Amino acid sequence: MSTRVPIRLSVNGRAHELEVEPRLLLVHLLRDQLGLTGTHVGCDTSNCGACTVHLDGEAVKSCTVLAVQADAAEVTTIEGLTGGDGLHPLQAAFWEDHALQCGYCTPGMIMAAADLLARNPDPSEEEIRHGLEGNLCRCTGYHNIVRAVRDAAAELRAREAGARTTEVV
Amino acid sequence: MGAAGAETAERGLPGGNGYVGRALKRKEDPRLITGRATYVDDLVLPGTLYAAIVRSPEAHARIASIDVSAAAAREGIEAVFTGEDMDDLAAPCPMVWVPPGVEVHVPDHWPLARGKVGYVGQAVAVVLGSDKYAVVDAAEEVLVDYEPLPVVVDPEAALRDGAPIIHEQFGTNQVFEWELAGGDVDAAFAEADVVMERRVVNHRTAGAAIEPRGALAEWREDHLTLWSSTQIPHVARVILSIELGIPEERIRVVAPEVGGGFGSKLQVYGEETLTAWCARKTGRPVKWTATRSDDMLTTHHGRDQIDYVRIAATREGELKAIDVRVIQDCGSYHLIEGPVIPTFTSCVVSGVYDFDAVRTTIVGVFTNKVTTDAIRGAGRPEATHLIEVCIDQLADELGIDRLELRRRNFIRDFPNERPHGFVYDSGDYDGTLDKCLELLDLDGFRREQEQLRSDPDRPVYRGVGFSTYVEICGLGPSRALGPDGWGMQGGYFESAQVRVLPTGGVMVYTGTSPHGQGLETSMAQIVADRLGLAPDAVEVIHGDTNTGPFGKDTYGSRSLSVGGEAVARAAEKVQDKAKRIVAHKLEAAPEDIEVAEGVFRVKGSPEQSMTLAEVATEAYIPADLPEGLEAGLDEISFYDPDNFVWPFGAHACVVEVDAETGRVEIVRWIAVDDCGPAINPKLIDGQVHGGAVHAIGQALYERIHYDEAGQLVTGTFVDYGLPTAAEVPSFETARTETRSPTNTLGVKGVGEAATIAASPAIVNAVIDALRPLGVRYIDMPLTSERVWNAIQEAKR
Repeated sequence: MSTRVPIRLSVNGRAHELEVEPRLLLVHLLRDQLGLTGTHVGCDTSNCGACTVHLDGEAVKSCTVLAVQADAAEVTTIEGLTGGDGLHPLQAAFWEDHALQCGYCTPGMIMAAADLLARNPDPSEEEIRHGLEGNLCRCTGYHNIVRAVRDAAAELRAREAGARTTEVV
Repeated sequence: MGAAGAETAERGLPGGNGYVGRALKRKEDPRLITGRATYVDDLVLPGTLYAAIVRSPEAHARIASIDVSAAAAREGIEAVFTGEDMDDLAAPCPMVWVPPGVEVHVPDHWPLARGKVGYVGQAVAVVLGSDKYAVVDAAEEVLVDYEPLPVVVDPEAALRDGAPIIHEQFGTNQVFEWELAGGDVDAAFAEADVVMERRVVNHRTAGAAIEPRGALAEWREDHLTLWSSTQIPHVARVILSIELGIPEERIRVVAPEVGGGFGSKLQVYGEETLTAWCARKTGRPVKWTATRSDDMLTTHHGRDQIDYVRIAATREGELKAIDVRVIQDCGSYHLIEGPVIPTFTSCVVSGVYDFDAVRTTIVGVFTNKVTTDAIRGAGRPEATHLIEVCIDQLADELGIDRLELRRRNFIRDFPNERPHGFVYDSGDYDGTLDKCLELLDLDGFRREQEQLRSDPDRPVYRGVGFSTYVEICGLGPSRALGPDGWGMQGGYFESAQVRVLPTGGVMVYTGTSPHGQGLETSMAQIVADRLGLAPDAVEVIHGDTNTGPFGKDTYGSRSLSVGGEAVARAAEKVQDKAKRIVAHKLEAAPEDIEVAEGVFRVKGSPEQSMTLAEVATEAYIPADLPEGLEAGLDEISFYDPDNFVWPFGAHACVVEVDAETGRVEIVRWIAVDDCGPAINPKLIDGQVHGGAVHAIGQALYERIHYDEAGQLVTGTFVDYGLPTAAEVPSFETARTETRSPTNTLGVKGVGEAATIAASPAIVNAVIDALRPLGVRYIDMPLTSERVWNAIQEAKR
């Protein structure tokens, strides 16, 4: 326990140099050492996805990633999703469509959905349901989550199209 | 949170009249979608000690000795305590159900075991230290010498002669026997043309809130503060006071953001008491957070009934009597409510049907498993399941169409006193069923069903199942539930305080403790309409015993029909006082003042008006108030309903069953629910979706399973099958609105309704699908294996 390992990583665009226990989980580094408590722990077995963050742009379950595995990586959490003020289209759609109740699974669900949309900008309902099966929600019955992800996808595609139009002009 | 704040900034817009009924976005969401909410494990206090709990690996054993020396000697360990160290507790966990004239066996249940353990996971010792990983290491070095005792996990086996007795002092594993009956049940059965009998198993499930339980306690100069992931901070304060012997006024309990409850946090757990006790003992803040395995082992489970159902009817399908004997597995110890939960099955055991006689007998049983207590629906899902499944069974026996049998027996006059003493407040059971069938297109479905089945190469088995349900909620009238009635040792009113601030904004303090239901929004809508504001100018505060009046918290779908009604009444008191001030200032009569378009104004002279902020100025700079009126604008209401409320509806489920594998897929779900006039339809739909999926989980996937040795086999989310998005359908929802005469809002609860409604629709649909194969009945959960076996059985 006294052995500590130096790591450097970027979290939400900020560089950190830390010394950590080799067994420290990434989720505990984020929550306990960096104070980013938007990432939650729900199950310890990689089933619920409440701890989902992005590691070098891909969704991972931070309860089963060691902090040392994030050495030299870029981590994004719910607090850094927009990179600034305002809401990400997924956050806005979750709000508009009532895709959350207690909110505990929500940050992980949004991070997983962001990863899904990065890979598939126009998913069908079926693709959304399968794409999010690693994230559990006990409150919503998923109906409004699926709706919110579709709405956010449409918004992101519209923004993308808008950006392309601007470039052409 | 720039954008989030801007989007709800409706404060300057005209308010009053018309916010109730609108599908407004939730006020609570901005903090939740941005990761800025504070759940209990997010809280940090300087000098905090972390707690790790040593749990029993044995289901039933005497504790011969506990050696804590190796654990205590480890670096960074502050203290290790066992049950013996906690001999200064004032009382064990109080169980609050004391039914008049019925003996209930209540074994002492302490936060740490004393002398023996009765289930796997029972807390035996606690390790405290400043590093949360180090305390877990140390906990593994606490050496407990167990002397195993014979284990009994099956409640029917536990009742047989010669079964191992779990609590020797009672000489039996029976916890209690309780009966509620009305009408001449025995005569009805003696005279019946037809008696339908069925054994229905309603298996054990977990609440499985995604946030595991947790508690943080701080002891400061004889005062305790406990932050806990609880649904019931007010009740918890009373119970902690009893257990710890600390005067109630020196305890503050805070439920911060709570990550789901579903009844599993309608509890005061040993860990809450233990954390508080450790903080007092050490003088340091103490924090405990459950792992998922801790949670599955020790957070109370639900259901776990075996229901022996008998229904007496005429050959023409007139229902005469229902008689149900319930064997309830209580687990090995009680928590605060435990044994009372199955008694709620009796309330709606006769469903929406006009039976002449009704009897429910409940036998509670100790087994070597964790306690059962309230999980979403708490006794009523069991009732709906057995009656709605058995109505289909009876229809098959009588050769009468399932919906026709229902319609022949629907209760149609309201209010309606039932033989067992309850008064259904209002209803329109034909209305919800009609609407459900309209959405379903039953004739179209039947054609499709027939066509799919008749494919000679690959027959596809589709079925439709119905549940026409009524439930009882809005707990509740204190006279009915209290010490002289049902026997609960408490009142079931709700409180609210509505405080207008000097600058015109409003604080609402509710005695409920929402944890996802959206009451910060719906209560703000109720207040906004009464005070001429936008909901954004109304802050709803909850879950802190040091604010607002004493409350009774959130469970039993009571927060709106009891808590919301209290809020409405407090707001109306504020409105009345404001009208007096306005009338005084505008030289009119108070009865001529109305709230409209965001102002208090004189009827017929809309130009003569005052805003709430102007009224507040008068109230808080009280230089010119009407004669005899006190300063301030701040009112409290305590509301205790005269009756429960009785939501109802009709659900239809279409399934497809793969006869080769037994796999059940839900193809469509239609839910028509009536919970009275909507305050916020968005929130109602959300409750229906989530509530239905909770029941779908039980019906198809979820099962808490202990093996013969009392080991929990389904102790993680790997083994316990919570439904994911991939397993459940989208929902087609609709509503009818039948006012409840019980409260002025006309509302009924909806938090549990769909959970109470849904499971029989699935079972009935699967049986409908497999009827051509000869399958007549299957118990939940309808796993592929169980369905496949039922198909094979029917072939024999």
